[in-house]
Amino acid sequence: MQREGSPWQGLGVVISKEVSDQVTSIRMFVVELLVVLIAVATLLFATEQVRNTTAEDPFLLLRLFTTSQEPFPSFVTFLSLLLPLVAIALGFDSVNGEHNRRTLSRILSQPIYRDALLFGKFIAGLITLSISLVVLWLLVIGLGLIQLGVPPSADEIIRAFIFLLIAIAYAGVWLALALLFSIVFRSAATAALVTLGLWFLLTLIWPTVAPRIALALIPSDDINTLIFGVQTAARLSPITLFNEAMSTILDPSARTLGPIYLYLPQLQGAVLGAPLPVGQSLLIVWPQIVGLVSGSILLFVIGYIVFQRQEVRA
Amino acid sequence: MSENVIETQNLTKRYNGTAVVKGISFNVARGEIFGLLGPNGAGKTTTILMLLGLSDISDGQARVLGYDPVREPLAVKRRVGYLPDQVGFYDNLSAADNMRYTARLIGLDRAERERRIHDALVHVGLADVVDKRVQTFSRGMRQRLGLAEILMKDAQIAILDEPTSGLDPQATIELLEVIRQLKHRGVSILLSSHLLERVQSVCDRVALFNEGNIALIGTVAELGRQVLGGGFNVEVEAEGQGLAERLAQVPGVQKVEPAGPSRWRLTSDRDVRPEAAAAVVAAGGRLFRLSVEEPSLEAIYTRYFQNAASQAGERHAA
Repeated sequence: MQREGSPWQGLGVVISKEVSDQVTSIRMFVVELLVVLIAVATLLFATEQVRNTTAEDPFLLLRLFTTSQEPFPSFVTFLSLLLPLVAIALGFDSVNGEHNRRTLSRILSQPIYRDALLFGKFIAGLITLSISLVVLWLLVIGLGLIQLGVPPSADEIIRAFIFLLIAIAYAGVWLALALLFSIVFRSAATAALVTLGLWFLLTLIWPTVAPRIALALIPSDDINTLIFGVQTAARLSPITLFNEAMSTILDPSARTLGPIYLYLPQLQGAVLGAPLPVGQSLLIVWPQIVGLVSGSILLFVIGYIVFQRQEVRA
Repeated sequence: MSENVIETQNLTKRYNGTAVVKGISFNVARGEIFGLLGPNGAGKTTTILMLLGLSDISDGQARVLGYDPVREPLAVKRRVGYLPDQVGFYDNLSAADNMRYTARLIGLDRAERERRIHDALVHVGLADVVDKRVQTFSRGMRQRLGLAEILMKDAQIAILDEPTSGLDPQATIELLEVIRQLKHRGVSILLSSHLLERVQSVCDRVALFNEGNIALIGTVAELGRQVLGGGFNVEVEAEGQGLAERLAQVPGVQKVEPAGPSRWRLTSDRDVRPEAAAAVVAAGGRLFRLSVEEPSLEAIYTRYFQNAASQAGERHAA
């Protein structure tokens, strides 16, 4: 027998309450201030670099995102490291916070299902992240226009927009992870530390360690198998997927993420260094994007199952 | 007989194979205040959560206003107000904003929402702190805000988990007064507590919980008779000839003991004050005082668990 009523009842109410909480919280204010400051600094260094070194480039705007100048990383690298932190800051205490404030049982005794509460929190987090990313994105493009004085082409704008969507998907993975740990651990501090630990492992350690582990474990001398193994291992971390997707979308001349085989039809008729159309670039990184989206869905579903089975009482 | 708003049959909850609520059955009639009493960990909160559909029922069944809390939780939760043990609110929001969130979850439209929130807050005496952050509220104010939420919801049943725990005497009295007013509005009330003295004064009927079972169920007077044996103790202070014999003949009186000069203690199975008075007057005596000792829930409770413990001890010894 099915339970009566819609699982989405009250969803809109939960979302609007959570977004208003997040947007007005001091925590969010501090994090956003930090992000904007670092972004602007990165960008100013990048424009300087672009001005000095690039004579003629049809994709000037995109260079803004990827150019780095020591000691500052590129805007994309910086996002790949800081976006997870923003998402974690939003999500680490979303469910256990309700437990600890003893509001959970009171809210769940209203005519809504747990589904609405959890999904509402996730969607609200995504909305908040999206708002901040869109603002950041507009800021970067606006500053870039002023600094460079070259209007972007339609192709560039589309690529920049895809860049925005990928960034949201990437943040979504970390939000879902933070939400999951906020369900599993009753203490917000524990949840935050575990999520940060995982962030450290996956973004800073895994990309360098994964290839070695893969090489040690794969009992083959075949170069293709080894490359495949190394890549697969590295792609277990969302940061690898993010970086691969970004580097392809923001660099129209990138043609593949794997090895290039000179004797295969892959290069037949290709003019090396010539830009690909947006659709083709998107096709190359489609698996990466799908990977990020399905990763967040998977983490959310695990959290959902745990939350449904959890006891309400403290 | 009035209809029942809550009915449970053989309600059971098991965690990992261990039963914490062991097949309890009880009914709550419309308009009554029913108390679930027992030590912490006896299964009171678990029972409440099962009735609200917030915890799965392992066995048996429950009906709340005719709905099945497992399959129709929304229908149940629309009609039932719940005040959890040590209720929490969003500290960064004002009292009214906290209520607005709940009101929107219930689905009230704006005008109705504001009217009901205002009425409820006035009713529980929080009218002057409507826009203050809950952060600054005392324990008693939070409890009253929780009751305001139930009022706003216009619930038919109010389920209150330990409503008076942690409150100072004055706050307790105020809270019990609000609970009584709820009853006057026609709300049926199920409340749990381990503080017996306070609860006795508001409950129509009580169920004594012990290790997941309902040990006793009934009005306080009924339980008194069952557990303390004698039931009513009536004290008579009068002067006259042969009063003791006369009093002993009053129907219902089981025992007459002298309790001092010109005083007798009657043990009876009901309140025999009118008959005792008539008997004294009929014997030509002068009646000075007539009083009845209400059985105290505290005494019933202590005695019951003493009995249970000693029986268990005997069984163990045998």
